[in-house]
Amino acid sequence: MASETNQSRRNFFKLVASAGGGLMLGFNWADTSGAAPAIAGETALTEAAVAADIEFNSFLSINPQGIVTIFSPNPEVGQGIKTAFPLIVAEELDVDWKQVKVVQAPLDAKRFERQVTGGSGAIRHSWERLRKAGATARHLLVEAAAKQWNVPPGECTTSMGKVIHQASNRQSGYGDLATEAAKLPVPAEVKLKDRKDFKLIGKYTNNVDNEQIIVGKPLFGIDFYREGMLHAMVQRPAFGLKLKSLDATAAKAMPGIVDVVTFKNNVAVVGKSTWQVKKAREALKIEWEKEAELESSSDHDRLMQELLNSAEVTVRRKDGDVEAAFKGAAKVVKSEYQCPFLPHSPLEPMNFFAHVRPDGVELIGPTQTPELARNETAKLLGIPPEKVTVEMTRMGGGFGRRLKADYVLEAVEVSNLVKAPVKVIWTREDDMTGGSYRPAVRYRFEAALDAKGNMIGYKLRGAGINVGNSTREDNFPSGAVDNLLIDSIEHKSPITTGAWRAPITNFLAFAEQSFLDEVAQKAGKDPVKFRLELLEKAKKAPVGAIKYDIDRMKAVIELASQKAGWGKKKGVSQGFDLVCISRMLRTWPR
Amino acid sequence: MAQFKLKINGRDYQTDVDPDTPLLWVLRDHLGLVGTKYGCGIAMCGACTVHVNGEATRSCVTPISTVASSKITTIEGLSENGDHPVQQAWAETDVPQCGYCQAGQIMTAAALLKRNPNPSKDEITTAMSGNICRCGTYHRIRKAVQLAATKTK
Repeated sequence: MASETNQSRRNFFKLVASAGGGLMLGFNWADTSGAAPAIAGETALTEAAVAADIEFNSFLSINPQGIVTIFSPNPEVGQGIKTAFPLIVAEELDVDWKQVKVVQAPLDAKRFERQVTGGSGAIRHSWERLRKAGATARHLLVEAAAKQWNVPPGECTTSMGKVIHQASNRQSGYGDLATEAAKLPVPAEVKLKDRKDFKLIGKYTNNVDNEQIIVGKPLFGIDFYREGMLHAMVQRPAFGLKLKSLDATAAKAMPGIVDVVTFKNNVAVVGKSTWQVKKAREALKIEWEKEAELESSSDHDRLMQELLNSAEVTVRRKDGDVEAAFKGAAKVVKSEYQCPFLPHSPLEPMNFFAHVRPDGVELIGPTQTPELARNETAKLLGIPPEKVTVEMTRMGGGFGRRLKADYVLEAVEVSNLVKAPVKVIWTREDDMTGGSYRPAVRYRFEAALDAKGNMIGYKLRGAGINVGNSTREDNFPSGAVDNLLIDSIEHKSPITTGAWRAPITNFLAFAEQSFLDEVAQKAGKDPVKFRLELLEKAKKAPVGAIKYDIDRMKAVIELASQKAGWGKKKGVSQGFDLVCISRMLRTWPR
Repeated sequence: MAQFKLKINGRDYQTDVDPDTPLLWVLRDHLGLVGTKYGCGIAMCGACTVHVNGEATRSCVTPISTVASSKITTIEGLSENGDHPVQQAWAETDVPQCGYCQAGQIMTAAALLKRNPNPSKDEITTAMSGNICRCGTYHRIRKAVQLAATKTK
């Protein structure tokens, strides 16, 4: 098994064209019309093109030597998709994993679907489609062998890249069968393996790029170099500032500097090496002026309290009479939880390569959303999206930061201005002081307990900076408390915010569950039993709508506490937190 | 700008750069040795770790003028065929996740095992603590260093 990243689009098509004697299968799942070719104009594909009535595109080829090339369409950020996707195809194809070559495919909306890394949905979305991709190819190879041997296909089996006819003691490698198989009609339906027959899925397989990673091969966007490419660093305004004046005389006179250009309040220094542009950027004389209110962390701390005490809240859920419950409470528990702005800080700093040419734009680099990069580029330059190609490199982390296209557009802007291929790179300081953060939130929880320690009232107020609903009103314990009030309030800030790994839900889950632990303690109850009692109540006497799976949640709590040896360890302080499971149950539909 | 003669991975290189240019950027921008990674630029993350005369060194804060007469080894030159005991252990343990920090991790681990062929778990943790893995592969890193130690014997 070998892998390849940074496969250029040109090479990609060359590979397609060179298939000659081999079997090329284009799986155009989006197309339900029948035998439409996977790529218009690619005659090599036409004959063997497969269409089925499902929605995903995948792609594999087999050469006469029996090497199977599987294209992996989704961006690899370290989640292992470049291993997982091809593995699923290979499983159904029944091929020796060592015979498989994995190639990162570029953005190609005609051939693939959902080329996105985000939302944790890739395998779920593609599982069936990838399996059918492998199984269809396997079917054709079996048919070809059966025809050759003049035996019923049903008597043939496959294993490790070979078709076998046991009765006559014959076998043939996929490579030898590929050409004939490609001429056969494609089945409308294909049988998938029984799960008990899986050989690859469910077993440990090493990450396909690791052999290259451990010897330092260039796999990442930041590693991309091309003859004649210029390096650029951008000086961006602090949040709330705009460009007033620029004196780039000193910077331009420094060695290796090619140009200093401006776009949308940004100043880009362009030159022949990273270090030279970094030093020249420090020599820029820039005056900024105020465009919006400037904010500091201490401003935010004060602001959060103002928001939590404000009457201008949006009520998200109201059950029973919460004020009366608190008035009549034997005990009230209050607590606040705050999470500041968090930068994503993937270890590979933001970077992207762009070459804006008169005939089109070439983009190469680390992105979780290549299609967004393409579309935003097309919009920016006022050109059709088809004029933009995107190649995805391996990403040194992303965590949601690379869902955005801001750093891609910077490379496009600069390349467009200097009329040359450009790689924009951010310093770590740029990454920490700008770009995009997870929204800051602060929660105020209050619980009313009766004399027996039952939670008779629950209040949650969420204050968020750049987040409309910082609460999730139907989270547990909603539905398990008679009197409940959940509301939220937002402050709009010029600070850019974005998705930092399921923003809101994971910190909210931590805060909610930690607060429930606090309440259990104050009620003199075991935190696990306390939760189970609440679930029992939600089951038997639900208050309002229940949006979580009570039985499943209960089962997980019981199993987790059993595995953790809950309450059995002496002298150890244990806390119970449902974070992961409640997050799953809440935010991802089953 | 000034001429520098460098000895890297047993080969001779010559480069014309500003004397304050960090070794990291000479490797990456001028010599095409991009296995050494930029992470923070202030010697805090360890992604840029190389060996200078056998010592694990943060190349992002090492001006080229200070290492011109030194023996430099990068991830590309740690072994001829990618089979240094640490690399073998890394492959067998399947350490990398996103992989960006791993060249630095491997170089730090190789330097550790050279001066201490049989490190305790605590010694491994201490020696590796300057290398950040944003994916959190620390458990596998520790396991791989222990495995590499058995291969070094």
